[in-house]
Amino acid sequence: MSFVDIRHLTRVFDVSKPWLNRVIERLPKARLTAVSDVSLQIEERSVYALVGESGSGKSTIGKMLVGLLPPSDGQIEVDGVDLATETDAETRDRMRAEIQMIFQDPYASLNPRWKVRDIIAEPVAARGSETRGLAERLLEQVGLSALDADKFPHQFSGGQRQRICVARALASEPKLIVCDEPTSALDVSVQAQVLNLMSDLKDEFGLTYLFISHDLTVVRHMADRIGVLYLGQLVEEADSDTLFEDPKHPYTQMLLAAAPKLDSFGREEEPPTGEIPDPINPPPGCVFNPRCPLATDLCRVERPDMRQAGGTRVACHMVPPG
Amino acid sequence: MDPVLSVRDLVVEIPTRHGVLRPVDGVSYDLAPGEILGVVGESGAGKSMTGNAVIGLLDRPAHIASGEILLHGRRIDNLPLKEMRKIRGKEIGMVFQDPLTSLNPLLPVGEQLSETIQTHLKVSAQEARDRALAALEEVGIPAAAERMGSFPHEFSGGMRQRVVIALALCAEPSLVIADEPTTALDVSVQAQIIALLKRLCHDHGTAVILVTHDMGVIAEAADRVAVMYAGQLAEIGPVREVMTTPRHPYTDGLIGSMPAHSAGHDRLRQIPGAMPRLNALPPGCAFAPRCPYAQDKCRAAPHPDLNAGAACWFPMEAAS
Amino acid sequence: MTDQTTPLPDNTPAPGRLALFWQSDFMYQFRRSPVAMISFIVVAILVLGAVFAPLIAPYDPFDPATLNLMNGFTAPMEPNAFTGDTFWLGTDDQGRDVFSTILYGMRISLFVGFAAVLLAMIIGILAGLTAAYLGGWYETVIMRIADVQLTFPAILVAMLIFGIAKGITPIEYRDQMAIWVLIIAIGLSDWVQFARVVRGATLVEKNREYVQAARLIGRGKWFIMLRHILPNILSPVLVIATISLALAIIAEATLSFLGVGAPPTQPSLGTLIRIGQGFLFSGEWWILLFPAATLLALALSVNLLGDWLRDALNPKLR
Repeated sequence: MSFVDIRHLTRVFDVSKPWLNRVIERLPKARLTAVSDVSLQIEERSVYALVGESGSGKSTIGKMLVGLLPPSDGQIEVDGVDLATETDAETRDRMRAEIQMIFQDPYASLNPRWKVRDIIAEPVAARGSETRGLAERLLEQVGLSALDADKFPHQFSGGQRQRICVARALASEPKLIVCDEPTSALDVSVQAQVLNLMSDLKDEFGLTYLFISHDLTVVRHMADRIGVLYLGQLVEEADSDTLFEDPKHPYTQMLLAAAPKLDSFGREEEPPTGEIPDPINPPPGCVFNPRCPLATDLCRVERPDMRQAGGTRVACHMVPPG
Repeated sequence: MDPVLSVRDLVVEIPTRHGVLRPVDGVSYDLAPGEILGVVGESGAGKSMTGNAVIGLLDRPAHIASGEILLHGRRIDNLPLKEMRKIRGKEIGMVFQDPLTSLNPLLPVGEQLSETIQTHLKVSAQEARDRALAALEEVGIPAAAERMGSFPHEFSGGMRQRVVIALALCAEPSLVIADEPTTALDVSVQAQIIALLKRLCHDHGTAVILVTHDMGVIAEAADRVAVMYAGQLAEIGPVREVMTTPRHPYTDGLIGSMPAHSAGHDRLRQIPGAMPRLNALPPGCAFAPRCPYAQDKCRAAPHPDLNAGAACWFPMEAAS
Repeated sequence: MTDQTTPLPDNTPAPGRLALFWQSDFMYQFRRSPVAMISFIVVAILVLGAVFAPLIAPYDPFDPATLNLMNGFTAPMEPNAFTGDTFWLGTDDQGRDVFSTILYGMRISLFVGFAAVLLAMIIGILAGLTAAYLGGWYETVIMRIADVQLTFPAILVAMLIFGIAKGITPIEYRDQMAIWVLIIAIGLSDWVQFARVVRGATLVEKNREYVQAARLIGRGKWFIMLRHILPNILSPVLVIATISLALAIIAEATLSFLGVGAPPTQPSLGTLIRIGQGFLFSGEWWILLFPAATLLALALSVNLLGDWLRDALNPKLR
């Protein structure tokens, strides 16, 4: 069995106005399906990337995986344990230590009033374990100095802060780290440092990453397997090389074509049309059909199931299975 | 052809109690009519500050300490506020990262457009309305006639940015300053906005300063690129040349550190360290502490001037 | 992974905490603001005067043994016609030295003010923090109570609470309890300000990623509220506390002036003003003027200090 097993994961948010406004303005309850029936597996010691644009639900999946949000429906099992239903306190505690997260904004993810030492050691201190020397050791591991432990976060640059976040994530000796856009707030030259560091640590500690990003180049660099999300649905999943060389879903194709490339001087290609629809009222059938050049009547009525096409899983009526 | 805009040795200073900071330090470039100049750099490199200086929108206490800014050969850096306000919108259009900052939330977009047109061009109210409608159609707003009465919040992010572009171009300026115009947008919408900006400026012969941190956007849209580092121009030149055969080690490192579409899982090339803070600039070349080729000359004052397009004592060979 | 950090220039010996504080942006702004400095000096003098009243005051106005009724109504800086004693700020009808009564009165005023603000702050922080962090119907209830209370003037609420408390205290303890009742009355009338500000700040902080990081580690909600969020919302609380202090001092003076506050046996500035008011038109102006001027100086400078603090701590105004 896979290390991470996500089955039919769904998350619905209630985005209604307060009930008084609803009564007065005669509005129905508004529901936003941020994640809809997503199933995927992540192998141990691999990097699985979720890509998608805003509103694709990629961060919501990450938050459910680490236990920050309960799923509305479906199961998540990590190492055979489902945090949402597990009742044994010891197992829950162990899983909390095994799953960590690195956030997008290195300026918001470190408590400005805490010393770096306490920030890094918190995952261990929270469980009442001994933390002496831990922060110093981890700081050196992520390429900072042990002397930095006595400083406060504001004394560091964005890239250094993200290293501190990595150190904190490593403190409890996790097996799985969810990385939510870990480099999108960083400058390119610093991004490379952080990505390299993450690759090194993965090899060193045998980590598994769920890597969430909107940046296709970063995803291609980091991931072994990639899932493409659109409006809360998994539309395509394949190994990294397969996905980039032979994208099957029209949305993936569009995404790859639209991304600016370093060698696309004076590109005169026709850009994709349309925008992401309102996730509160998604289109019926396949969510991509209003923008899809291949859409048929079937696509406008019926949501396509995931089907196997070679090494790719794809949710599209127009891709022949096999 | 005479340049639309000439920036000559522009220095922007911010006095602080720890000393004077120079977020822009001796930047010079020319912009030909219809040309798109990409200004690229990391956060804090001074790329936005340069654009803001050109349109006279520096936040106090930042100010232009020396240098000249010439629009069609006329100095605009020392104009009084009132005159400058006339130039903004009429001769220089602006597109910012967040479209909501340029739009009045309480006014329908059609009215904002016709008002801007009437302010800057001598036309009748009816003519202004017609032009506003034409502008909205030109930027690809579907059912433009009906959307004239819509308020900014009724548009999606991409559509809003289209409205802002219409607003920036409606008085037919000869220069548009676009500061991270696509950063807040999704990839697929970003491509649309870049294509739109390129097409419109080409059609109207408008020059563009495109400020962005995204090398990919530069490659796609710009004719020339200026790479900024710690307030200075590190390198400037035709985009293809700079990106395929960079001459400044910083440009080279920047391009090399980007994960490319074609690359596999090898380690990325990385530039060690981070850009120095403005209050802790090294003597000599600001990039020297991170530069793999730095020599004693680079570490000694003063920093090098532009040398064949690159501000480097030892520009890299075109062949390497 | 050794070459990736630019060490910040760090060869100078680390300055002490006091030196760091003196060099901080905060102190820099303080040193550049004459209003803040003058206000601070006035507040410092007044507070020190109150604290060390027993050492500074030439007379003990509450010791009947030292009082001489013959000294009554002595004008400032004039020798008394009968005894020849001179008083800087004159005496009242019972021969008490006005300067000394002001010092002792300020003790009561400041004590009530500080204690009331402390009480309001604790209630307000707890209410605001929990309302914002826990949310749901609990938040609605707390904030509606706050809204309702805000529709009544604070002084009215304080009088109401004062009245109720007086009604339930046995008559023999009334004078003893009066100060504490005042504190509770003013504190309870003022917590809403704190609750609203703390709630707003907490709503911002609780969505920041460091709070999420603590949650996913498995930290409890009280730990997150008190150790993670609270230290980050103290700046606005400090501003509100300073401005509230001025208001609390005035509220106490108002209540005492109306005769429902500090008893004549323990006169606060407000009580002194009430007493002095009776003599204004009979020519003994000093009995009213000096306590009133002290109250004005105290309230005004605390308020100005609060205003300055708000600007200094607000990064947007920098």
